[in-house]
Amino acid sequence: MDLNAFAGEVGGAGAGPVTVVGGRTEWHVGGAPHPGTRQVVAPSGVVEHEPAELTVRVRAGTQIEELDAALARHGQCTVMPIRPGATVGGLLAVGHSSVKRLGHGPVRDTLLEARFVNANGRLVKAGGPVVKNVSGFDLCRVLVGSLGTLGFLAEVVLRCRPRPARSVWLAAEDADPLIVLRALYRPASILWDGRTTWVCLEGAPGDVVDQQRALSGIGAWRAVDGPPEPPPAWTRSSTRPSALVNLTGPFIAEIGVGVVHAPVVPPPAPVDESRLVVQQRLKTAFDPTGRLNPGRAVS
Amino acid sequence: MDALVDDLRAALTPDRVLVSPLALELYARDASIIRGRAEVVCFPLTTEEVQACVRVARRHGRPFVPRGSGTGLAGGAVPVGDPVVIVTTKMTRIVEVNADERYAWVEPGVLNLDLTHHVAHLGLHYAPDPSSQQSCTIGGNVATNSGGPHCLAYGVTSAHVLAIEVVLADGSVALLGGLDAEPAGYDLRGAFVGSEGTMGIATRIAVRLTPVPPAVRTLLLDFGTVADGAATVTAIIAAGIVPAALEMMDAAITRAVEEFVHAGFPADAACVLLVELDGLPAGVEADAEAVAAVGRAHGARTVRVAADETERALLWKGRKSAFGAIARIAPNYYLHDAVVPRTKLVEVLATVYAIAAEHDLVMMNVFHAGDGNLHPLIVFDKREPGVLERVEAAGAAIMKACVAAGGVLSGEHGIGLEKRDYMPLIFSADDLDAQARLRDAFDPDGMANPTKVLPSGSRCGDLQHVPEGAWI
Repeated sequence: MDLNAFAGEVGGAGAGPVTVVGGRTEWHVGGAPHPGTRQVVAPSGVVEHEPAELTVRVRAGTQIEELDAALARHGQCTVMPIRPGATVGGLLAVGHSSVKRLGHGPVRDTLLEARFVNANGRLVKAGGPVVKNVSGFDLCRVLVGSLGTLGFLAEVVLRCRPRPARSVWLAAEDADPLIVLRALYRPASILWDGRTTWVCLEGAPGDVVDQQRALSGIGAWRAVDGPPEPPPAWTRSSTRPSALVNLTGPFIAEIGVGVVHAPVVPPPAPVDESRLVVQQRLKTAFDPTGRLNPGRAVS
Repeated sequence: MDALVDDLRAALTPDRVLVSPLALELYARDASIIRGRAEVVCFPLTTEEVQACVRVARRHGRPFVPRGSGTGLAGGAVPVGDPVVIVTTKMTRIVEVNADERYAWVEPGVLNLDLTHHVAHLGLHYAPDPSSQQSCTIGGNVATNSGGPHCLAYGVTSAHVLAIEVVLADGSVALLGGLDAEPAGYDLRGAFVGSEGTMGIATRIAVRLTPVPPAVRTLLLDFGTVADGAATVTAIIAAGIVPAALEMMDAAITRAVEEFVHAGFPADAACVLLVELDGLPAGVEADAEAVAAVGRAHGARTVRVAADETERALLWKGRKSAFGAIARIAPNYYLHDAVVPRTKLVEVLATVYAIAAEHDLVMMNVFHAGDGNLHPLIVFDKREPGVLERVEAAGAAIMKACVAAGGVLSGEHGIGLEKRDYMPLIFSADDLDAQARLRDAFDPDGMANPTKVLPSGSRCGDLQHVPEGAWI
């Protein structure tokens, strides 16, 4: 399916309410669309990967594992989380970063260009295909995390990065995660569940060895296969990094970042009324009839 | 007019509302060659005073133009349409530094480099480093989403702004973004960064502070042809190396800089590359060796590695004083800004030199080669009859050549007035309409820095009013 066919499927105001379905791996975020809402699926496929540009053009319906495999053939990757079954468009629309956000940065900075279908069924371009661009307003940032409420992603250009020469996960039961954070230079990830601390070290082999050495006085570390997986029923929330030390009960926290996975939903943060006014005007401006993902809300 | 000035003086203090001919002359322009007309210039000290200025302007039916140090190069801060100019350079407090969470709250008038100096003792720095970092403000950096040499590895301003307190065009205050990892709602913070004053005025900014890297290597490579230098840039990236910075200077600028700073830049080089690698020691060492090898394989005549911090600082002084150096050649310059795919550098540079020759202009190139961010620099003497027309014609031709190569209009200077009417080169009517809707959500009445960034006719509703020649 090409982009125009996708735009045709989304249709204009006369085509009624519509939702776009990716891998359904985070379907609950923002609430499910109203029952009976017509579903469309974005086109898929890696369009162009130019290794010397460190960018890739990919259709939104492509599974992230397929993209990652294509990039891996040239020693590259993106900062997107590798969630089995998830699509590139879905991950961008939800906007949750990977557990390596501490070292790699957030998903929101990875989107360079977006072609999306607007509420009138028209293809719209935001941003541009190059790695640095301030030509016009930065609509790409707004699209990331907008849950398909402003438009449906059809094709994107993403920033790539070299895959690290070496990547190891370590765990210790007796290491203070904040001391770990201070002891390391830009670690890829530090996770903590109140007892165990997990660390991901990446880079040149010599540097990984040195960083491991820097950790040796802080705890009894063992190599592990990867990060802990929060149970599916747990929710994801966000707080200030400094607030993580006060967490109680079961949780997995991203140290230095502030993302918390826990079975308990924290109370909502106070809402800034002026921001909310702008947000509502934005939604109305992009989707006057409320046909894009009705029922799904960006809080 | 008198009533407007009286109201502004009542809202601030009389000495912080200027209408003298000298002040109006100073604030009629930024660092571009575009001139506007200022009628009244205000210097608020607090968020409340910014709100008051915006409200007074609104009450008198006047738009407002936010402004920092005025180092912008695209005319974004040039007053158009009898606005109230609101200057934030007196809001210079560093409100909070949090070394544990690695952020700082600053007022918009804090100078970019002052923040880095202020947090250096904590082993931290503010990563975006535009060449004007000694004089540009962080508020201005937010407005233009500024870049700089080290944005290649660290990202531009947007990646370093966590939260912004904004006075909107109706005088209300909104907090965009936040200090937590995933703030609620649309990323309006991201929309505001780079909006060139058209979405409101930033009055407090939370910026990310970045650890100073434990190891740094700075290399200077020189080449017999520009093509060899440009091919080296592409090959470095293709080798999986993302340097902290990867800058190119051509022959003319290298000679000008060398006469200015005496850093030992080879005077007979067709171009030089300044490459900086930082991070952990083993990776930096390995990458430095790889860069040197890639350079030699592509015809580098010499590879000089800065022996110590003094030599490194000297090399960077050469790069960062390029614009001071060219003042010795001609009194005026026009600095362009465009981005092309890195793999197209060789061919686009050749085209750009040809365009300068065709228009009988002296051109130099000093730019962020690693991310394909070109800065063709035309030097001239504006007293020469007809030269400005030739400079503008060459500029337009350069823009079109960059776009034809798959590039964009601006990498870090912004659109402002300078490139506003080029926007249709890269955006369709639907694309521009979406951007207009984003802007209008912040400022439905168009009071914040009107006429900037988007060409008239960007809203689909007023497409029939497109002025002759606005669509290229």
